[in-house]
Amino acid sequence: MAERFAPGDRVRASHVDPPHHTRVPRYVRGALGTVVEPSGCHPLADNRSRGIAAEPEPVYTVRFAAQDLFGTGDHTVLVDMWESKLTAADGEVHR
Amino acid sequence: MSDTHDGPGAGVAARVRHVESLLEQRGLVDAQELDRALAAFLTRASPASGARVVARAWVDGGFRRRLLDDANAALPELELSMGGGLQEQRLKVVENTDEVHNVVVCTLCSCYPISLLGPSPTWYKSEGYRSRVVRDPRAVLREFGFALDPAVKIEVWDASAESRYLVLPRRPEATGEFSEQQLASLVTRDGLIGVAAV
Repeated sequence: MAERFAPGDRVRASHVDPPHHTRVPRYVRGALGTVVEPSGCHPLADNRSRGIAAEPEPVYTVRFAAQDLFGTGDHTVLVDMWESKLTAADGEVHR
Repeated sequence: MSDTHDGPGAGVAARVRHVESLLEQRGLVDAQELDRALAAFLTRASPASGARVVARAWVDGGFRRRLLDDANAALPELELSMGGGLQEQRLKVVENTDEVHNVVVCTLCSCYPISLLGPSPTWYKSEGYRSRVVRDPRAVLREFGFALDPAVKIEVWDASAESRYLVLPRRPEATGEFSEQQLASLVTRDGLIGVAAV
């Protein structure tokens, strides 16, 4: 399956708070991160959990700086994100 | 959680029993097949399996590289796998070094490499651990009695999708003469999750 993002790409996590199950943890919504590596292809959990047929799509491990998520901390948090929950952020100015 | 059969899981348990008996009635599985599959899964699903993986990586640099590169491809060398469920799960092994310490959590539920570590500890599923370890891992590690060198950077792995994570701890000092088996006996479940050193 063609992957839209490559390791090192800057991406922004979806900021949407959907009225159903999602695997985008609240703490990464809208945050800027960096793709570490692809981590497989899976149907979007948001759809599968509602019984909606979903084609597999690439999933990526994305690294976020604690500072960007919580405004504090010197650690990083790695979260697996479905491709449709990410947008390219390479041209964006860092917040 | 309730130990009785009328707790919140009772409905699910009844449904599972019903599906099981339908499968048997229609000759799709024999009565012992599911028990055999479960028993085979549970014999390997214990922290002892995770410890074997770590000990091998400590003594065999080639295995260590293969494990970090593609854990699913390396596990069969120890007759282990991430199978046993509906499908094989991807495993990512993350290595602790002088500079980086790794910690695993599932903030959304309780995803855990059951086939290598067995059922997860109660605290792993607690709201406190799940919500706090991503925000302030250093404080959470201190509560586990683990004083990590402040110069070591922490990476927290949130098993939020289909991958599972296992920490490769640093080999303790003065174990140069230890056999692989002796090394395996030093590895703890908490060390494999990253809330303790080994």
